[in-house]
Amino acid sequence: MKIVKILGLVLVAAFVVIQFVPTSLNQSDVISTEDFMSTYKVPQQIETILKTSCYDCHSNNTKYPWYNKIQPIAWVIEDHVKVGKEELNLSEFGSYSKRRQKSKLKSIGSQIEDGEMPLSSYALIHRDAKISEDEKRLMVEWINKIIDSL
Amino acid sequence: MKNLKMSLAAMLLVGSLAYAQHDHKKMKTSHKMGEKKMMVNQGHDMKTEAILNDYFNLKNALVNDDGKKAAQAGSKLAISLKAFDMKAYTAEQQKELIDIIEDATEHAEHIAKSDIGHQREHFKTLSVDMTDLVAITGTKHTLFEQFCSMYDKGSAWLSRSNEVRNPYYGSKMLKCGKVQKEIN
Repeated sequence: MKIVKILGLVLVAAFVVIQFVPTSLNQSDVISTEDFMSTYKVPQQIETILKTSCYDCHSNNTKYPWYNKIQPIAWVIEDHVKVGKEELNLSEFGSYSKRRQKSKLKSIGSQIEDGEMPLSSYALIHRDAKISEDEKRLMVEWINKIIDSL
Repeated sequence: MKNLKMSLAAMLLVGSLAYAQHDHKKMKTSHKMGEKKMMVNQGHDMKTEAILNDYFNLKNALVNDDGKKAAQAGSKLAISLKAFDMKAYTAEQQKELIDIIEDATEHAEHIAKSDIGHQREHFKTLSVDMTDLVAITGTKHTLFEQFCSMYDKGSAWLSRSNEVRNPYYGSKMLKCGKVQKEIN
């Protein structure tokens, strides 16, 4: 019993200690000229969907929830954003080659169509990020139009 | 209540340790890949052929509905693409080649970690990249551009044989498609 108690205390101490490990926030003051919104003429509705459902992980600006102050949750979020940006960074979309833009648009369309993005774990917590069937159709149609114009 | 607290804390700790380990592993593999790149150091023609070889292995795996083999071919292709040497080409060609290689590498990497449905989606765009690549580099072998009008509003791919074996549908519609063009 004593061992369990000690072990517990060690773990609690570790939990406290990791709270002091700093995390870098994915937030930038620079208004990117390469942003998706300046690369294409984006209708208001589409812009709203992208901003609420995609930009947290796929841009240089994340709107953080309060629990990002707690470790190790903050690390998990940090990792998600890092991977998300590697895959697709909407803040730098205009710097992609035309070929890559086309590929990315295609993937965006198919991920949304298949309901794979936004991630269900993310949409579960961010209720407003969930994309409705109507919004889905709107997005996919618009994206296909852009692809055809490239 | 105490027990619950403790196990919660334990979970958090294990989670954060696993996370640190994960990052470490990633660094190791990228280092290994760097070594491999140095070893492959032959003429640029060989490198184009290596890329095409991997592409055809990938295509054949998709024809056989074999997602596992397709994934393996995808990761090999990603390595061959990164090893591509464009020194022998003009500045303008290089600009185009950089875009092609970058895009194709991303598709190959995705194919390496996706299910067969997604592999086929990426294979479509990858095939466009390969066709554009060969248009610049040329190849020793005769290739056939084949086309299936059913898959995703019409999709093409390359093959070494003029017999149609459909990589988008596999056994479901093995012979669906036609030869569109002969290359070389």
